[in-house]
Amino acid sequence: MTKILAFIEQRDGQIKKSSFEAAKTAFDLSQKLNATVEAVCLGNEVNNIDAVGGFGISKINFLKNPALEKYSSAYTDLVTDFINQNNFDIILFSATSLGRDLSPKVSARLNCGLAVDCINLDIVENNIIATRPIFAGKALLDLKLNSEKKIFVLRPNVFSAGTPNENKAEVNTINVEVSEPKVKVTEISKSEGKLDVAEADIIVSGGRGMKGPENFKMIEELAQLLGAAVGASRAVVDAGWRPHSEQVGQTGKTVSPTLYIAIGISGAIQHLAGMRSSKFIVAVNKDKDAPIFQSADYGIVADLFEILPALIEEIKKLKQ
Amino acid sequence: MKIAVCVSHVPDTASKIYIGSDGKSIDQTGLTYVVNPYDEFAIEEALKTKEKFGGETVAISLGTDANKETLRKALAMGIDNAVLLKDDKYRDSLSVAKALADEIKAQGAELVFFGKQSVDFDNSVVGQLTAELLGYNCVSVVVSFSLDGNKITCEREIEGGKEFIETSLPAVITAQKGLNEPRYASLKGIMAAKKKVIIEKPALQSENFVEVIAMKRPPTKQAGRIIGTDVSAVPELVKILHEEAKVI
Ligand SMILES: Cc1cc2nc3c(=O)[nH]c(=O)nc-3n(C[C@H](O)[C@H](O)[C@H](O)COP(=O)(O)OP(=O)(O)OC[C@H]3O[C@@H](n4cnc5c(N)ncnc54)[C@H](O)[C@@H]3O)c2cc1C
Ligand SMILES: Nc1ncnc2c1ncn2[C@@H]1O[C@H](COP(=O)(O)O)[C@@H](O)[C@H]1O
Repeated sequence: MTKILAFIEQRDGQIKKSSFEAAKTAFDLSQKLNATVEAVCLGNEVNNIDAVGGFGISKINFLKNPALEKYSSAYTDLVTDFINQNNFDIILFSATSLGRDLSPKVSARLNCGLAVDCINLDIVENNIIATRPIFAGKALLDLKLNSEKKIFVLRPNVFSAGTPNENKAEVNTINVEVSEPKVKVTEISKSEGKLDVAEADIIVSGGRGMKGPENFKMIEELAQLLGAAVGASRAVVDAGWRPHSEQVGQTGKTVSPTLYIAIGISGAIQHLAGMRSSKFIVAVNKDKDAPIFQSADYGIVADLFEILPALIEEIKKLKQ
Repeated sequence: MKIAVCVSHVPDTASKIYIGSDGKSIDQTGLTYVVNPYDEFAIEEALKTKEKFGGETVAISLGTDANKETLRKALAMGIDNAVLLKDDKYRDSLSVAKALADEIKAQGAELVFFGKQSVDFDNSVVGQLTAELLGYNCVSVVVSFSLDGNKITCEREIEGGKEFIETSLPAVITAQKGLNEPRYASLKGIMAAKKKVIIEKPALQSENFVEVIAMKRPPTKQAGRIIGTDVSAVPELVKILHEEAKVI
């Protein structure tokens, strides 16, 4: 019988939201392929580790050691051994920075096919057909993996985790030994209290139309009201108005939030590459011919310096 | 120390992409190719490392004769030698990595720079795959790199921050924007590069696990609704987002 494994990622002892998407997707696949499904998580103390039960996975294997709190090359060794010892056939990761680093390493060790950044998995005649964007989303590729083991890496925020039920997963804790890893994270510096564009549900992005760094106060205020992350176009990052970590696009981050608000951004192809899979796109631009309006669901053609303050006031009213 | 840098040859990011008549490949008509943008950061870091510690640099590219253009660019920037691993057939990432690993081993390179991602198929995996095949340590998406004897410290971009990482040689590093400012090739460099010989070898063959079923255009989104042209549109927009789209 086919065995499916969902890799569950924790950071600071919290399970990542994208891991629940992987769990639910793994469960759905198991139903369609008449397969069994389990999860694996590496860490030390993890909150709600049994929560994957709510997404259909009844057993999670917890490889536990204080040295696994942070990511290191030990992850590659442990995950590969775990897959081999338990004969999993299909492994799902999320395309987070950890998943994107770890999944190819595991695939090289297993000598198996790998499909990264998938946005859809279909089943055709008992085979998984994965769809992934190529050329920065200008085309889509449908592919099939022909190796015995198969690894699929899911783009975060695209696969739905659905609403969890009350079920708790059985936790199989395995205290593992970890020898001094050859590549290890010594420290993590967090951008203070800021939500990252790659993880946010709502993003408010500003472009060159903002005219200067000081005007991003307004973008920040709107973002705060909406519980959103601040994003930026490359023009703004190159000008030094905003840090590169906020850049959305081909040479920045790929995002798929529920709502993307583009203020004073023209919508160059390299910017669209990073955000066109957002569920709803709103654009504010004074140029009615700006290409961003081709991709936007809703637009306002006007001066952003009039619209932005009014938008902030209107959202304040809504949130009261 | 021998330092290698792996470079890919990709369509310019401003290119319009059309699907070929077989429905499984990209139509090559009118495409202009360039050095993969992230690989320029990799080349620059290889050059800087050599300038600091000495040694020899080699650029490796797998593909057709067309890739020589990208290798010439690497030579013009200051890379010492170039190797073209010749192959004109479709390959998946693992098969590319196997051929690159084979050549890196033959070269005896201890430190290898890659770009974070090729901007054609956007896989972002060849560096990590190659590292594992070689048994080298690997750090991906690196924005700062320093070498001290055998010891490497780097910073890697992650969601909401940065990871500080320690490792050692032999190692593979994949370069993210921000790692450095790639230099321009000097006229002297360009002239010298023209005279250099690009070594050509057949690429190591291996099986593909990834089978292309189809390539297609993304579904076109119908152009959106313009809600208004002045401030009066704002309450309407907020109402739509709240009540219709239910996103705020
Ligand atoms: C290899 C490569 C990679 C790239 N990668 C990226 C990337 O990752 N991300 C990215 O964003 N770009 C990227 N670019 C750059 C991209 O091509 C554009 O140059 C960039 O996105 C433009 O940024 P912008 O929209 O802020 O600026 P502009 O194109 O200058 O647009 C500013 C917009 O603001 C509007 N505006 C001005 N004033 C007002 C006002 N008062 N009220 C309302 N609207 C106003 C204007 O009408 C205009 O549409 C890349 C380019 C290359 C070549
Ligand atoms: N055909 C190739 N020849 C040489 N290097 C390559 C090739 N394909 C990918 N690479 C390297 O691997 C990196 C990541 O590519 P990819 O995994 O395809 O996104 C690139 O930035 C290059 O450094």
